[in-house]
Amino acid sequence: MGRYVVRRLLQMVPVFAGTTFLVFFMAHALGDPVAALFGDRAPDPATAARIRAELHLDEPLGTQYLLHMGGILTGDLGTAFNGRPVTELMAEAFPVTLRLTLVALVMETVVGIALGVAAGLRCGRRADTAVLAATLLLISVPTFVSGHLLQYLLGVEWNLVAPAVPTDASLTDLLLPGLVLALVSLAYVTRLTRASIAENVRTDHVRTAVAKGLPRRRVVTHHLLRNSLVPVVTFLGADLGVLMGGAVVTERIFNIHGVGFQLHQGVLRQNTPTVVGFVTVLVLVFLLANLLVDLLYAVLDPRIRHV
Amino acid sequence: MYDPTSRPGPTVLTVTGPAPGRTPGRGSGRATGGAPGRPRGLWSDAWHDLRRNPVFVVSALMIAFLVVISLWPGLITTHSPYDCDLADSQGGASPGHPFGFTTQGCDVYTRTVHGARASVAVGVCATVGTALLGAAVGGLAGFSGGWADAVLSRIGDVFFGIPVILGGLVLLSVVENGSLWSVVGLIVLLGWPQTARIARGAVITAKQNDYVLAARALGASGPRTLLRHIAPNAVAPVIVVATVSIGTCIALEATLSYIGVGLRPPTVSWGIDISEASDQVRNAPHMLLWPAGALSATVLAFIMLGDAVRDALDPRLRRGGRT
Repeated sequence: MGRYVVRRLLQMVPVFAGTTFLVFFMAHALGDPVAALFGDRAPDPATAARIRAELHLDEPLGTQYLLHMGGILTGDLGTAFNGRPVTELMAEAFPVTLRLTLVALVMETVVGIALGVAAGLRCGRRADTAVLAATLLLISVPTFVSGHLLQYLLGVEWNLVAPAVPTDASLTDLLLPGLVLALVSLAYVTRLTRASIAENVRTDHVRTAVAKGLPRRRVVTHHLLRNSLVPVVTFLGADLGVLMGGAVVTERIFNIHGVGFQLHQGVLRQNTPTVVGFVTVLVLVFLLANLLVDLLYAVLDPRIRHV
Repeated sequence: MYDPTSRPGPTVLTVTGPAPGRTPGRGSGRATGGAPGRPRGLWSDAWHDLRRNPVFVVSALMIAFLVVISLWPGLITTHSPYDCDLADSQGGASPGHPFGFTTQGCDVYTRTVHGARASVAVGVCATVGTALLGAAVGGLAGFSGGWADAVLSRIGDVFFGIPVILGGLVLLSVVENGSLWSVVGLIVLLGWPQTARIARGAVITAKQNDYVLAARALGASGPRTLLRHIAPNAVAPVIVVATVSIGTCIALEATLSYIGVGLRPPTVSWGIDISEASDQVRNAPHMLLWPAGALSATVLAFIMLGDAVRDALDPRLRRGGRT
C-alpha cells in the first residue's frame, strides 16, 4: 500500500506542473491580457508598458510561469477587476461552491447508486427498462436547460422554492441548484452502477455468498456492491471536473455568488488574473480529488495494492 | 472510418472463422440470418444487430433529419434568421411563425432550425478530431510500451486534468473570435486523452494475440503490425466512445455558447439563443423552450445512437446481460 501511494504521488508531480503550465500558457501565450484589460479601446502605450512590467509580461514565458506558480504557492494571485486581491474573492466564493458541489455529489452518489442497484438487480425487467429510459432522458438535457426549466417550473410557476439563492447560501438553499447540477451525473452514476451490478451478479463469489445462506441484504452490500463500485468511484473522480464546470452554469442560473459567478465576472470583464487564478485552483482540487480516488481503489480492491 | 462491409481480422493465421474477441456462441447461433454457412465478422454482425434495433432506427432517422436541415435549412424555413422586426418583440405564436418571436423580434422557429448547423458541425468535427488524435496517441502509447508509453500517458493526464468548461473559460475568453473552429479546437485539445486511454487499453489487449506474434515472426515491420493487424482489432472501443461523445460535444458547445465564451453572434446557436432567452423566462417562456427542446432532442438522438452502437459492438454490455 505504501509503495502504491508513493508511486501515485510521484506521478502527480509532472502532471501538476504540466496542467498549471497549460492553463497559464493558454491565458498568456495565446492572447494579450493587457489589451484585454482595455476591451475594445486601444491602450495608451505608456500605460500598457507599465502594466506589462507590473504583471511581468515582459519577462520570458518560463520566468513568467515560475513567478505565477510562486504566487499561487504563496497565496498571491494578483488583483481582480475591482482592485480586490483574487485570494480575497476566493475566500468568499469557495465555501459557497464547495457546499453546492457537496450537495450535488451526495445526491448523485446516494440516489445514483441506489437506483443503479435497484435496476441492476432487476436486470431486463420493466423497472430496469424504465430506469434506463429515464436516465437516457436526463443525460440528454444539458445542465443549463434543466436548470432554467426547474427554476421556472418550481420557482416561478408553482412557487415551491425560492427561484434565487441568498448571498451566503446554506445547504438547504442549495438543494435545488445542487439537484440541477447533479442531474446529468446522477444519470451516468445510475447507468454505471446498473451495468456493473448486472455483470457482477452472475459472478462465482456472489453465487457462493448466496449458497452459504447469507441474507440477501448482506450479499448485496458486502459482496456485490463493493466489487461493483470501482468503475463508479472512477467516474465520480472524473465527474468532479464536470461538476466544477457545471457549477459555473448553475451559479449563473440561480444567482449564487460562488466560484462560477466570480469566473463569469472575470470573463465578462476580461480580467485574466481572476480567471487564471480560479481555474488553476479548481484544477488543483480536481487533480487532488483524482489522487484520492486512486487511493480509494486500493481500499475497495485489494488486488490493486499489490501491483 | 466506419465501413460495415470490411472484415477486419487476423490476416495471417485465420482465413475464416469468427473474428477474435467475439463470444463464440453468439456468432455461430445467429449466422443463419445472413449469408448461410459463412460466419460473419464483427462489423457485419454489428450492422446486422443495428438494423434490427429500434433505438438505432429512431435515432438514425432523427440524425438524418438533423443533418439535412443543417445542410439546407431553407428546405423547411422561408425567413432568414436575421430578418427581425422589433415590433414583434417577444410576440407569441402567430400564423407563419409557429414558435413566436425573440426579444429582438426574430422568428424563433427559423432560428431554431438554423441553429442545428452549429451544433451538428461542432459535434461531428470535435468527435472526429478527438477520435483521430486520441486513437493515434493512445495506439502509439499502447504499442510502444515502456518509456514512450509513460511519457505519452503523462502528457494525456496533463490535458485530462483540465475540465473542458474551465479550460474553455480561459482559452476561449482569450482567443475571443467566437468561431466554430476555436470551439472544436478546445474540445479536441482537452478531450483526446479519454479516447487515448481507451485506445491504449484496446491496443495492449490486441497486442497479446497470437496472430500478432506470428506477424512479427514472419518479419512484419512495427508500423505494419500496428496498422494491419492490431488497429483493426482495437478500433471498436474507440468507435463506441466516439459515437457516444458526439452528443456530449453538442451539449458542451451549447454550454460554452451559453456562458458566453463559445460561439458568438451573428452565428446562430441554440446555446446563444437559450442564454438570451433565459433572462426573459417569465415574460416569454417560448423563447427558451423551443431551442432548449431542439438541443435536448439532438443530444438525445446522438446518445441513443451511441448506446445502440455500443450494444452492437460490445456484446458483453448487451441489455439484460443475457447473451
